[in-house]
Amino acid sequence: MTVPPLLSIENVSVDLPTARGNLRAVDQVSLTIGAGRTLGIVGESGCGKTMLSRAILQLLPKKAKLSGRVLFDGQDLVGLKPERLRKLRGRSVAVVFQDPMTSLNPVLTIGTQLVETLQEHLELDGLAAKRRSVELLAAVGIPAPEQRLTQYAHQLSGGMRQRVAIAIALSCEPKLLIADEPTTALDVTIQAQILDLLAREQRRRHMAMIIITHDLGVVAGRTDEVAVMYAGRVVERAPTPMLFKKMHMPYTQALLAAIPRIDAAPHTPLPAISGRPPDPTRPVQGCSFSPRCRYAAGLCYGQKPVLTAAESAEHQFACFHPIQTAASVIV
Amino acid sequence: MATLELSINEEVAVTPVRRAPRLGPLFWAAIAWTIFILAAAAFADLLPLPSPTDMDMLERRMPMSQLHWLGTDGLGRDEFARLIYGARISLTVGLCAPLIGITIGGALGMLAGYFRGRFESIVGGSMDVLLAFPPLILALAVIAYLGQSLINLTCIVGVLSTPAFMRVARAATLTLARREFVIAAQALGATHARILLRELLPNVFLPLLAFFLLGVAVTIVVEGALSFLGLGVPPPISSWGSMIGEGRESLEVAPRLAFIPAIAMFLTVLSFNLIGDTLRALTDPRQGAL
Repeated sequence: MTVPPLLSIENVSVDLPTARGNLRAVDQVSLTIGAGRTLGIVGESGCGKTMLSRAILQLLPKKAKLSGRVLFDGQDLVGLKPERLRKLRGRSVAVVFQDPMTSLNPVLTIGTQLVETLQEHLELDGLAAKRRSVELLAAVGIPAPEQRLTQYAHQLSGGMRQRVAIAIALSCEPKLLIADEPTTALDVTIQAQILDLLAREQRRRHMAMIIITHDLGVVAGRTDEVAVMYAGRVVERAPTPMLFKKMHMPYTQALLAAIPRIDAAPHTPLPAISGRPPDPTRPVQGCSFSPRCRYAAGLCYGQKPVLTAAESAEHQFACFHPIQTAASVIV
Repeated sequence: MATLELSINEEVAVTPVRRAPRLGPLFWAAIAWTIFILAAAAFADLLPLPSPTDMDMLERRMPMSQLHWLGTDGLGRDEFARLIYGARISLTVGLCAPLIGITIGGALGMLAGYFRGRFESIVGGSMDVLLAFPPLILALAVIAYLGQSLINLTCIVGVLSTPAFMRVARAATLTLARREFVIAAQALGATHARILLRELLPNVFLPLLAFFLLGVAVTIVVEGALSFLGLGVPPPISSWGSMIGEGRESLEVAPRLAFIPAIAMFLTVLSFNLIGDTLRALTDPRQGAL
């Protein structure tokens, strides 16, 4: 690729000091995303997805230690002056959080929150900011946007709240939108609507988007590339169609198998992944997935596998015993 | 794979109908009393009242009459005039001292709760020292050193109320600062000042305001106690507390001299509490929120 990527994460690690010792939340992660592309980051709870997204924005807890480089538009965000970072946040990179109940201020009206963001970043006057807020709310599919401006977050339904949160994130036309489990707190019928909304706005504004989720189903049709994370590391990454055609990492396969299938016979046991993720304060020697892996043997317990290319350079996985046959479960 | 087709109607926007809140007669009585006492205190000079400091040794402890509506006290001064002028002192201290407390304590508490770390330890520690120090001794020492005056009294009661406000503000800020909307604001590029003033203050303000109105009530009583002990405003200026103190001497002969200012204080404190509770219930936008 001749055009440098919009965002490139190089060897990023995040360490959190805890009472029980050092916790490595993100371990040597490298990812890139080009302008207008969509990257899905998939993994179960506690695998470092959210920490990675916070690391991109430099919004980690004060005690966390970050190493590596985060290049956005050719600029390294690590160690950037707070003043410069603030200018970047919101205007160039915006975030949609998991729970719209807590990501909106409970005592300010929707209008106040939107208008103030617009005034702050785009230096619009009050009237123009208000007009723009109404446009934004209409764009994210909120009926009667004028009335909504005077309402509080608790007066809206969950889906509406997430739409408002998206409107706020989109307000300054960011180049990159990070959606951190944007649909986890919503019920299933709303999930599809919100994801469609995100996809539509992404196309319209030609922004890059990172969707963080624990649901492979969410990323399946909506991303260009998928990175699967486990215990702070990227264990498999590939262009989405390639990944679903042929997955190599047993963990990816297990994640996919754990999605309930609508055409399965009633009372089919769900193939859940046994065991639990490793304690991040006590790193596993060898592959972190080895204690739970069906195929683990010998080398898996002694040495950490590194990302290696599969059939093409774009498809990488970290496993000593990759699944050779086509994935047994196909969506 | 089977798909679920859903047609979702555009949600009908309904303008929220705010039902006229029912305010009981008790609330209006409290408002009426507060307005009455504030107006009387503010315009005491313009009212056709006898002087609150003119003594008439021939008319000591006179019962209620046309000339002296509430009678006269132990030195022959008009009780009603002293009550009105005393309201000035009690209300000035009662409102200004918590105002000092809410400003200093609220600011320190929010900063401590938001920034945490060493600053929080220093603020918390110094407030603990202030709390551990016997308040009466502190008041005595300061007043003995700086002299009896309204300003000194207000400042000392204000400083004494600071730790409580600081704790309320810090506790509220601590829980709020971890909420996602603060991170969301940071992710939108907000400065610390902006997060504190625009995101957190509106949230912290409601519990602080409720506590402020409670503080007014408590301060009126505290001022009364200090004046009762002779640490309040210097005589001959009257305050409700000093009137109760003076009335104590003639409790057997004329109990009304102690009871009338006590009733005035009781009604005022009750009114402030009632108004505070009602306003909080009415204005809290979080009601109904989870």
